Amino acid sequence: MSKTEIKITGFGGQGVILCGYLIGKAASIYDNKHATLTQSFGPEARGSACSAQVVVSDSRVLYPYVTHPSIMLAMSHDGYATHKNSMADEAVILYDQDLVKPEEHKAGVKVYGIPATRFAEELGRKIVSNIVMLGFFSAVTELLDREAVQKAVETSVPKGTEELNLKAFDKGYQYGLELKSEKAEAVTKA
Amino acid sequence: MTKIKTVKADPRDVLTGEHYLDGNHASAEGGIAAGCKFFGGYPITPSTEIAERISQRFPKVGGIFIQMEDEMASMNAILGASWGGVKSMTCTSGPGFSLMMENFGLGIMLETPCVLVNVQRGGPSTGLPTLPGQADMMQARWGSHGDYEVIALCPDSPQESFELTIHAFNLSERYRIPVFVMTDECVGHMTEKVVIPGAEEIDLVPRRYTDKSPEEYWPYIPEKDLVPLMPPVGKGYKFHITGLTHDYRGYPVINAEVQEKCVRRLMDKIIKNAKDIIWIEEKDIEGAEVVLLSYGITSRVVQPAIEKAKKEGIKVGQIRLVTVWPFPEERVRELASKIGAYVMVEMNYGQVYYEVERCAAGKCKTVLVPHAGGTVHNPEDVYVAIKEAVK
Amino acid sequence: MSTVEIVEVRGKVEKEHPMEKLLRMDRIPHIWCPTCGIGTAVKAFATALEQLEIDYNNVAVVSGIGCTGRVAGYMKLDSFHTTHGRAVPFAVGLAIAKPKMKVVVFSGDGDLISIGGNHFIHTARRNVDITVICVNNFIYAMTGGQVAPTTPILANSSTTPYGTFEYPFNLPLLAASSGAVYVARWTALHVRRLTNAFAEALQKRGFSFVEVIAPCSTLYARRNKLGDGLNLMKFYHDNSIIKHGADPREVDIGFQEKIVVGKFVDIEKPTYLDCLNDGYKRVFGDAYKVYGEEDE
Repeated sequence: MSKTEIKITGFGGQGVILCGYLIGKAASIYDNKHATLTQSFGPEARGSACSAQVVVSDSRVLYPYVTHPSIMLAMSHDGYATHKNSMADEAVILYDQDLVKPEEHKAGVKVYGIPATRFAEELGRKIVSNIVMLGFFSAVTELLDREAVQKAVETSVPKGTEELNLKAFDKGYQYGLELKSEKAEAVTKA
Repeated sequence: MTKIKTVKADPRDVLTGEHYLDGNHASAEGGIAAGCKFFGGYPITPSTEIAERISQRFPKVGGIFIQMEDEMASMNAILGASWGGVKSMTCTSGPGFSLMMENFGLGIMLETPCVLVNVQRGGPSTGLPTLPGQADMMQARWGSHGDYEVIALCPDSPQESFELTIHAFNLSERYRIPVFVMTDECVGHMTEKVVIPGAEEIDLVPRRYTDKSPEEYWPYIPEKDLVPLMPPVGKGYKFHITGLTHDYRGYPVINAEVQEKCVRRLMDKIIKNAKDIIWIEEKDIEGAEVVLLSYGITSRVVQPAIEKAKKEGIKVGQIRLVTVWPFPEERVRELASKIGAYVMVEMNYGQVYYEVERCAAGKCKTVLVPHAGGTVHNPEDVYVAIKEAVK
Repeated sequence: MSTVEIVEVRGKVEKEHPMEKLLRMDRIPHIWCPTCGIGTAVKAFATALEQLEIDYNNVAVVSGIGCTGRVAGYMKLDSFHTTHGRAVPFAVGLAIAKPKMKVVVFSGDGDLISIGGNHFIHTARRNVDITVICVNNFIYAMTGGQVAPTTPILANSSTTPYGTFEYPFNLPLLAASSGAVYVARWTALHVRRLTNAFAEALQKRGFSFVEVIAPCSTLYARRNKLGDGLNLMKFYHDNSIIKHGADPREVDIGFQEKIVVGKFVDIEKPTYLDCLNDGYKRVFGDAYKVYGEEDE
């Protein structure tokens, strides 16, 4: 039984919850896995700090909350700073370079940055930075089938924005692939 | 036993397919699939998503959503609508649940089918609007004044929120009683896969109307199962019903004799049908040293603790209460003499636990794993309690 | 004592009661005191129904708690005796479930305006298609004559034994300003006009309101030196001023002062369901199935 805990952090309005929803939906509807999404509610979901938690598993998720996430998608520095110390030993931290300044992490933790907001702005809508992050997450972690995530995006975003969102997804995905192969090369060279 | 006919759900009401929904949205879909066509409610965290989804879906399925001025109004409006022949529901939490109690009692007294979803949050008072609790269980049982019996269902997931909301409607029509779906903030705001079957797979209990003529009909002459049949409104029955103690005619009679008859049957129609209503899931009971009881989200959270205890050779059985009310008294009593201990895990400081203790009647140890709410139990605490119980 | 006597007397009467079709004769004698205005209001209501020649099957009465709250129990109609203050929201649910039905709330001032005040104003605001009849007896009668939100300032009640020193509600103003399409006030003396008002209110689509002034003869009138039933009638006769179309802001009731009666509001306005149906039709077009068009 394999279980992966994912934390997505950012500000209200960045699409943090949607990002978590898409991961959960991709896993449970299109990738034959089980996924439970929980989120922080209340004033924090209405503007300031905001987070979503997804547990993805091969079998039914019993304990619904995330305790030691092995994956973090950080879309704000505050969110990153708040949660970085609760990460699992060999965690993967994915962050938006335009918004997060990562600090030193203990060995074993892998940190990957992407200029998600800038990419989204280049695509014409800053609002799709969460989908850029989602593509980046898909490529780097390989936790979910790429098509499953794309399908989740396609079936969930507002009508008429499918193309833009899929482009954003691809942008993040391609960047993730490149970054991974660069890192792999770097490791081989070393 | 009175045989109850069922009908299939209307395909227009059923969102057949696989969805990724939170428990609140799933409850709303359950209500719609059950044929609910009237929702009166008042916004309150963490239940509001049910009202929001219903308000969005109802115009497309011929239902009326009305945001009432408060919870007293909400509860009464769903009673009025139900008497008007329309399946009705409301949702609430914490303070709103308290406000609904008065007229929940009217629903009990008039014997009105309807469904009330309580997405439990931490209390008392305003408490924890955005975080879970299970501390309204005794309020569900005894919250309105007077003696009566209730039916309360506890879903452990969005999937069950969908299914048990339909089941709640069926029980309410079957026994002519307002039925509680006692979920909580965790389940309500947790998003998971929800499979909504085809309408042909959903059986619904239709309104149990009388087949007597207006001349022969009185509202409170019960069938063999102690449930009286309802009159259709506007068809010349010219019936009268009242929240006062009443006789078979529905007329108020203020004396001890009629009170005894009236209250006795309200209770007996649930007590004597309890075997058909009670729904518990048992696991590994045979040869168990300790039996862990839980309901709702808590029954999921305890699983890692049970696995851990089992690995150490402790024989742990489980009872999940899908219906908390009526309480499975007989079963809990019977098992008490065969096991060493009951461990009750609930997100409160001991509510259903006291029912367990009462039924165990000293024949086995009873251990409570309490929690004030705000988050679910730490499985480690449950594990420690299991160890303690077998000591 | 008197109740028993009435039973015996009535038992011997063989002639059919003129209101038999609309009253639950198996529940007579009723609980109201001799000279109470509620009986007059019920008679006027029944007469209005008769005059309108509407299908009695299609009329429902909902009451709350209190003396007037017992009306539902005596009307031979689909009738609902609910909880204190909650007749209006119960009626809202019923009226929406049965849009073609005439749903009438018949209750008292304490029930409708104090504990049920919030329901009253919001239902008027929405213009839900119900008729609300309020018998205003100026106090809580069933519980023994306590002060109500309608007790005139200075009047004596069992919980204001030195006089009432707070302002009362002006019910026509409350109803009108909350959105009622029909507002009238008559005393228990004005039987014919009251009957007409009920008939008009019943024919209105939307939230119609009729206030019936009938100070409790047992508890209010005696305590406040208005005398017995006959003296009360004389009081209404001498002190009522008929002023149709009066500004509801000017119809406050002072202690032992003139009572302005008449029809104050009679307007047309789409009902709650009209508005809902129109709104959804605009949004969904032909795909929207108008609610309440077909009834069964």
